[in-house]
Amino acid sequence: MTLTAAPPEERVTHQRARPRKGWRYAGTVAVFLLPSLVPLTLYTIIPMLGSLWTSLHEWDLITEMRWVGLGNYIELIGDPGTRAAFLHTLSFIAGYLPLVYAGGLGLALLLNRAPRSTGSGRSLLRGIYFLPVITSWVVVALMWKWLLNPASGIVNWALGLFGISGPGWWTDPAWAMPSVILASAWKDLGFVMIILLAGLQAIPREYQEAAMVDGATAWRRFRHITLPLLSPSTFFVVVISLINGFQVFDQVKIMTNGGPGGATQVVVSQIYDLTFRYGRAGAASALSWLLFAVVLIVTIIQIRGQKRWVTYG
Amino acid sequence: MGKARGRIRGETRTSIGARRAVLGQIARYLLVGLGALAMLFPFGWAVITSITPSDAVLAVPPDFTPEGASLDAYGKLLETLPFWRIVLNSAWIGAASTMLQLITSAMAAYAFARLPFPGRGALFAVYLTTLMMPLPVLVVPLFIEMRTFGLVDTYFALLAPTIASAFGVFLLRQAINQVPREFDEAAVLDGAGHFRIFLYVVLPLIRPALATFAIFGFMASWNSYLWPLIIIKSPEFMTLPLGLATLHGQFTTQWDVVMAGSVISVVPILILYVFAQKHVIASVAQSGLK
Repeated sequence: MTLTAAPPEERVTHQRARPRKGWRYAGTVAVFLLPSLVPLTLYTIIPMLGSLWTSLHEWDLITEMRWVGLGNYIELIGDPGTRAAFLHTLSFIAGYLPLVYAGGLGLALLLNRAPRSTGSGRSLLRGIYFLPVITSWVVVALMWKWLLNPASGIVNWALGLFGISGPGWWTDPAWAMPSVILASAWKDLGFVMIILLAGLQAIPREYQEAAMVDGATAWRRFRHITLPLLSPSTFFVVVISLINGFQVFDQVKIMTNGGPGGATQVVVSQIYDLTFRYGRAGAASALSWLLFAVVLIVTIIQIRGQKRWVTYG
Repeated sequence: MGKARGRIRGETRTSIGARRAVLGQIARYLLVGLGALAMLFPFGWAVITSITPSDAVLAVPPDFTPEGASLDAYGKLLETLPFWRIVLNSAWIGAASTMLQLITSAMAAYAFARLPFPGRGALFAVYLTTLMMPLPVLVVPLFIEMRTFGLVDTYFALLAPTIASAFGVFLLRQAINQVPREFDEAAVLDGAGHFRIFLYVVLPLIRPALATFAIFGFMASWNSYLWPLIIIKSPEFMTLPLGLATLHGQFTTQWDVVMAGSVISVVPILILYVFAQKHVIASVAQSGLK
């Protein structure tokens, strides 16, 4: 995905050389564009504007809408439920991102250094690690809910073998979020590993070899060559993980449904409940725009901040 | 070439300290192998649980070779929900949504890359804006829109939001921009119009990008849960994630049935994956290298 190709406007092409047969050309453009533009307008742009409009109203989806201006936004910002939902979402990210990055990096380093003669073995391993990535969230959440079953789950049984009495996992308010984090990190580990492995393989071997000749230790080579040169891949993983992390929902819905006692109520589950449980579509729309604003700001900060730590080339 | 390089590396390592290298290698394989086991185990355990007799599922300690193993759970599953139909729904909706997105996105991408028209830059900016919209912003008004037109609980409602893809337009435009214009010009000299250039020059040249996009599109549709959860109520229109979640709601403690459903829903994608693995992984790896 490089942006090296010159913008088409600046190039003189046959289209300019040949007289455009006005309407016919317009028709050609329309035929190419409309199959995408019409559904995009109907199912993305109109809902987007609709959501903005709804967020300025009080609406239970049944009776007439009532204009409240910015009332929903003001109420949400002062609401402890909103704060809790954002806090839970942040705690999910704070647990998930370091875990999945450290795990993915470790695996990528291990697989990267395996000699190439075992190429087929490595591709098998990559395939295995990637398996959870292609599995749907609902399946992953169900498998982990069963593995982490407090009474009959195999994880607590295995912990018991070591004399550890396992926690109540998703039934315990203190352990519910860690359970969701564990399942999520397990699912995405392979994805992060593949991205980082591709990044590692793009680092020219000569750099490592030169440092080795200079007598740099493995740790120093990792710290001063591998990590900086891997930073574009790291940046990509962090940006994607944050965008997805703020929208965490499927696994929460299945594993805990926001519970126990609201301990895992994240922003998107709050949007869902506001709409379909409390009949407050306006407040839900307002919350979804707050979420969008937060994601946008976080992404912009990251893109601005990348100059400080991301090295290209 | 890769092989030759590996051999050279291997030799330097043995000359440094053969023993340490071998130990390190063993530790490495052990770690990677343990990790792979941790990745596979939940799937294996799901299979074992699904064939364990119902009354033994919750037993402690767990039984790795359940006595009286049976396929009862699969039978129960098929009695509760039209599960084969749900698998088929997921498959055809995934295929249809992928095809539609490929067609609409490739055509729009061609317009954005090759057909100058007034307001093109602004329109592309609109596409990019929709790309950033999180799904939760869209689902509620989309639900209302569908309800207004009486489309709740229909196949059409499942497919509609996936007909166009801003992501696809973005990805494929990048690919088309990299096709040298000389190719188009040569085709024009041969008397080809835009439709023929699109079909016979551009499309074959962006095949790798099309494949990448197809893989992402199919996976997104196959795994989609939030939208089906909101728009579908009847079992006959359900897709796998929603069907499984419904099953879980009905059999909260009967893990043999829930795991049977999970196994059934993993198998089709697993078969596809075995054939496409190389390409799937290459596509994902490529997405991180900018």
